[in-house]
Amino acid sequence: MNTEISARDRKGWMSLLASADEARLSELWQGFGADPAFDWLRAPEAGGVMVRGRMGGSGAPFNLGEMTVTRCALVLADGTAGHGYVQGRSKAKAEIAAKIDALMQTSAAEDLRAAVLAPLAAEQAARKEARAAKAAATKVEFFTMVRGED
Amino acid sequence: MQAQARNTVYGGGFANPPVDSAHGFRAAMNAMARPGTIQRISGATPPDGISPAAGALLLTLCDPETGVYLTPDVDSDDLRGWLTFHTGAPVVAAEQADFALGSWAALMPLDRFRIGTPEYPDRSATLIVEMPELDAPNARLQGPGIKDSARLTLPDLEEFQHNAMLYPLGVDFFFTSGSQLAALPRSTKVTAGE
Amino acid sequence: MYVAVKGGEQAIDNAHAWLAEERRGDTSVAELSLAQIREQLALAVNRVMAEGSLYDPDLAALAIKQSRGDLIEAIFLIRAYRTTLPRFGYTQPVDTGAMACDRRISATFKDAPGGQVLGPTFDYTHRLLDFKLAADGEVPAAPEAEPRREPTPHITEFLQGEDIIEREPASDAEPGDLTREPMAFPAGRAVRLQSLTRGDEGFILGMAYSTQRGYARNHAFVGELRIGTVPVEMEIPELGFAIEIGEIELTECETVNQFKGSKTVPPQFTRGYGLVFGQSERKSIAMALVDRALRWEELGEDNVGAAAQDEEFVLSHADNIQATGFLEHIKLPHYVDFQSELELVRKLRREAAELAENLAAQEAAE
Repeated sequence: MNTEISARDRKGWMSLLASADEARLSELWQGFGADPAFDWLRAPEAGGVMVRGRMGGSGAPFNLGEMTVTRCALVLADGTAGHGYVQGRSKAKAEIAAKIDALMQTSAAEDLRAAVLAPLAAEQAARKEARAAKAAATKVEFFTMVRGED
Repeated sequence: MQAQARNTVYGGGFANPPVDSAHGFRAAMNAMARPGTIQRISGATPPDGISPAAGALLLTLCDPETGVYLTPDVDSDDLRGWLTFHTGAPVVAAEQADFALGSWAALMPLDRFRIGTPEYPDRSATLIVEMPELDAPNARLQGPGIKDSARLTLPDLEEFQHNAMLYPLGVDFFFTSGSQLAALPRSTKVTAGE
Repeated sequence: MYVAVKGGEQAIDNAHAWLAEERRGDTSVAELSLAQIREQLALAVNRVMAEGSLYDPDLAALAIKQSRGDLIEAIFLIRAYRTTLPRFGYTQPVDTGAMACDRRISATFKDAPGGQVLGPTFDYTHRLLDFKLAADGEVPAAPEAEPRREPTPHITEFLQGEDIIEREPASDAEPGDLTREPMAFPAGRAVRLQSLTRGDEGFILGMAYSTQRGYARNHAFVGELRIGTVPVEMEIPELGFAIEIGEIELTECETVNQFKGSKTVPPQFTRGYGLVFGQSERKSIAMALVDRALRWEELGEDNVGAAAQDEEFVLSHADNIQATGFLEHIKLPHYVDFQSELELVRKLRREAAELAENLAAQEAAE
């Protein structure tokens, strides 16, 4: 078991998995092919978290409203624990996320990154880029009609 | 974290949380509603240092919004990790605690725990007292939920008499030993007697 | 006299069966899928999420389908559902400065860094019915341009540089949560904002409009309005670090308001704030106006007795589920209540009639 996993790396893949499209994640995971044996530490459960904002965008916090989140935790046969925290109410998605979190701490990490995480990240970036490009096309260019020089 | 330590922290929770916590809640409710009765509560295997009954009670009652105070004699990294993973409850100082866990001696002095306010007497602490045994009654109980009188093993008498005088304010108590559970709400009058 | 009655089970079952049939409507017309509602009635979905106070587009779409498009009924369903969810915790405050903006406009600064980005707006449409939509139609792809890659700064930051607008004091004070503790007055700004963001859009709009028409006038400019997505981060206690648990769409409005100054504060601009789930532009502007009106006391302004300045009035009546619950309950059986009222009125009439008879008899005798 590789214990040299940085919190930053782990945050990166867990965050990517949290907002991934379920159908696409499931497809990539099945493509990866491995389905390791595991025991539940915490079976998948759907719940809510209270989202906070800040007054004026930068001041004191306030409670904005909740969002749905599903979480689970499992342990592989070699003792590696994996956690899944994903947006929405899909238990299947949380389970895949937890398995990937566990396997990313093992020697399967590089293969898994190439097969699942890299394509997910690229597709997410492309989606964001496409929206940003549409927004950019609606940016107003002002033309000065009259300029009072004197 | 090593796998062994990790599994101490992540293991030992309820196998079926909705059902186990419903059973746990039923036991806690009956204990509190009928002071002096001994209930059984199980389903949890907490880290070494606390009883299975106290572990099951924590899993039943705690969540991210309940602050828990652990006295130094029960506090450990394993227990903190276990409580955090299974309940999300933050560990807090005695003065802020919704729940406190420890031996009677370590929980003293009682006046540092919240006793509620006249408008909200429920904003008070519930103390979970780890006991060597619950089978040597030394106190007579009278009050709501008790027909005539009941008997219970208590670690002290005066402290409970003082707490009852604060009514409707005050703290409430659970007593745990092995997988046994008893309770003493602030509304119960305590006198000496087997 | 108290008469308990029961009955109507069969009538209720049959009414529910008919409701289900009416909800489906004409079966020769294709049934709506949740994905269709989520994608094509997105602003209704947003409203249900904002006022249901639960961000989950699929659930909101289901609620809209089940409620036959009655959005307050849909909000009711979401509120009921959310009470069944265990609360895993609280997120870190979202950073709206890092928002990936679909839309970002300012009514105060033409040349704001980042520019005026219109986004998919109804503004500048002619509000003419588009009969082409009555038939199915392919929509041409929206044009694209070179995207902005850096974050778009908040406009109020520029005013802050000049110290001509009040600063939001930085704080990590634990905010009150009205879903956990009963509301008490004065509620404080954190609870006010929570109440406003989940409040009824029509009520908040009406309150905001009243301030524009002169009741607690505070002349607001939309300093900035932005719509887009932000990542949501939460500290995971068992991991000991924060991760993103998802991404949500938000609408944020900051108003800039005139302020004459008070004994302790020089003349400057003040701020109102609106932040709402989803693309909810009208709601967020209205929220910012009402937030600003409710701040009269902390800014040392006069209470002119306007409804929008009355915290208890606004917060107690903003919630459409509380309001409709109390309003609609009066249509449910009140037979016993009414029976006693009926007897009281009959008795009063009898007494009035006897009194009149006695008076008439007295007059006749005299």
